[in-house]
Amino acid sequence: MSTVVLLSVTGLGLGALYFLVASGLSLIFGLMDVLNFAHGALLSIGAYATWWAASHSFGYPLALLFGTAVGTLASVALELGLIRPLYRRPREQVLATVGVGLAVPALLSAIWGADARTFPVPASLGGTFTLLGATVPVDRLVLIGAALVVLLALKAFLGRTRHGLVVRAGVEDRAMVTALGIDVRRAFTLVFAIGGAAAALAGGLAGLYFGSVDPTQGSSLLIFGFVVVVMGGLGSVSGAAVACVVVGLVQQFANYYSTAGLGDLSVVVLLAALLLVRPSGLTGRLA
Amino acid sequence: MTSSLLSVRGLKVVVGGRHILHGVDLDVAPVGVTALLGRNGAGKTTTVRGILGLVPRTGSVIYDGLETNGLTTHRIVQRGIGYVPEDRGIFASLTVAENLRLAERDPDPAYDLVHELFPELRQRARQAAGTLSGGQQQMVAIGRTLLNRSNRLVIADEPTKGLAPRVVTEVAVALERAAQAVPILLVEQNLALVRRLADHCAVLADGRTAHAGPAAELLADADKSRTLLGVGRRADTAPAPVAPAAPATGGDH
Repeated sequence: MSTVVLLSVTGLGLGALYFLVASGLSLIFGLMDVLNFAHGALLSIGAYATWWAASHSFGYPLALLFGTAVGTLASVALELGLIRPLYRRPREQVLATVGVGLAVPALLSAIWGADARTFPVPASLGGTFTLLGATVPVDRLVLIGAALVVLLALKAFLGRTRHGLVVRAGVEDRAMVTALGIDVRRAFTLVFAIGGAAAALAGGLAGLYFGSVDPTQGSSLLIFGFVVVVMGGLGSVSGAAVACVVVGLVQQFANYYSTAGLGDLSVVVLLAALLLVRPSGLTGRLA
Repeated sequence: MTSSLLSVRGLKVVVGGRHILHGVDLDVAPVGVTALLGRNGAGKTTTVRGILGLVPRTGSVIYDGLETNGLTTHRIVQRGIGYVPEDRGIFASLTVAENLRLAERDPDPAYDLVHELFPELRQRARQAAGTLSGGQQQMVAIGRTLLNRSNRLVIADEPTKGLAPRVVTEVAVALERAAQAVPILLVEQNLALVRRLADHCAVLADGRTAHAGPAAELLADADKSRTLLGVGRRADTAPAPVAPAAPATGGDH
């Protein structure tokens, strides 16, 4: 029983990380039709910025805030400087984001080395607690809590604000939004900022989860981010939330109860099976 | 026609390497309804999309004294244009109220007028727009253009297409009411409706302007109507304003 509890909480923690990556990715693709392969780089930027700040006695909460802010700025700069000039050239857009996705880890390696750097986990988050007989690391709860807060904030933003309304409408029909006199490019920048913030937050929290940061962490998590986006339905935050729980749990249980590494394969098989049954993902959006 | 609110000259549009418009000239009067007519595939919808900058185009489009070439769609629309697209442009997952709210540009939107013309929209405010009937969706689309009193032109692209006769009448009443306050460029195949509403008209054929002049004059001329619009009988004998006089077939470009 305690093993099941531990695997469940750990799976949910991992799913929370996936959600933070996937929610921005999903919104960006849904609204802008941009497959942002640089999203993992934003996570890495957030992770390293948080690590750097935490290593310089900022304290973890402030370091996380700093990392998120840096990632958000990087995301806005990416949208304004690289994505916007290529709006009508999707192939070049993909190539540009792939380029950034490769360049940022290389840059991080050049500055701080290719080896993983130990993340200074604060004592208050490095402990464990007992839940139904299982000894569970506290950081799992932090991850799950952060993902829930982000989910609720995104739902409130999308459902209760005019900017959110524009984003939801833009996901359906971008041209019609502009035909109503709305500058949809502002929504693009906003969505990139939100996506970048969530990815950078994921980076800061990933340091907590894995106990270290390395230049390729973003790229690894991005793959599962894409899996969650496709499973949840492109452009659907709620779909991403459901899918990340499923992916996180399947991965953890498969890894534990079968051969290590089979968890990743299980996720891919699950994605293939879902797409066979529901080609448009869990929420019915076209994949 | 007196000085135009909208003046289009030599409008050309190429979509996917195919020339859709070869040089459209069009004037929209500063009052009343100007109809844009033509057979299916003549280029009416592309003309509207070109005017709004929704497709890349060349030529001159002067709206309210300003050349709109180089302006983005939202900038053109913000100068006071309401647009009812051919496919209604409804956001299916948004509620009726959200669809309307999205179109608000004025600080004091004219919900009283919209709800007076289409009381159903008030009752269905919380319903997802995608679950509405075609007629109700058209009410939302037209309602969005009427919300902003600052609109100085409404462009309605086949607003009665595919609607039941009862709804066509409702739409006609709404457009008639709107036309009292704001000029309308009406793309329409329902010639009975055109005869009822339009003062002027332009007819497109093969991506060019084939005729321009008073609407009543064209519709009274059976030969010309037949030649330009493919109408098989005198349009002025058609009952107003319901069933389409021209065959309502597939979409325009």
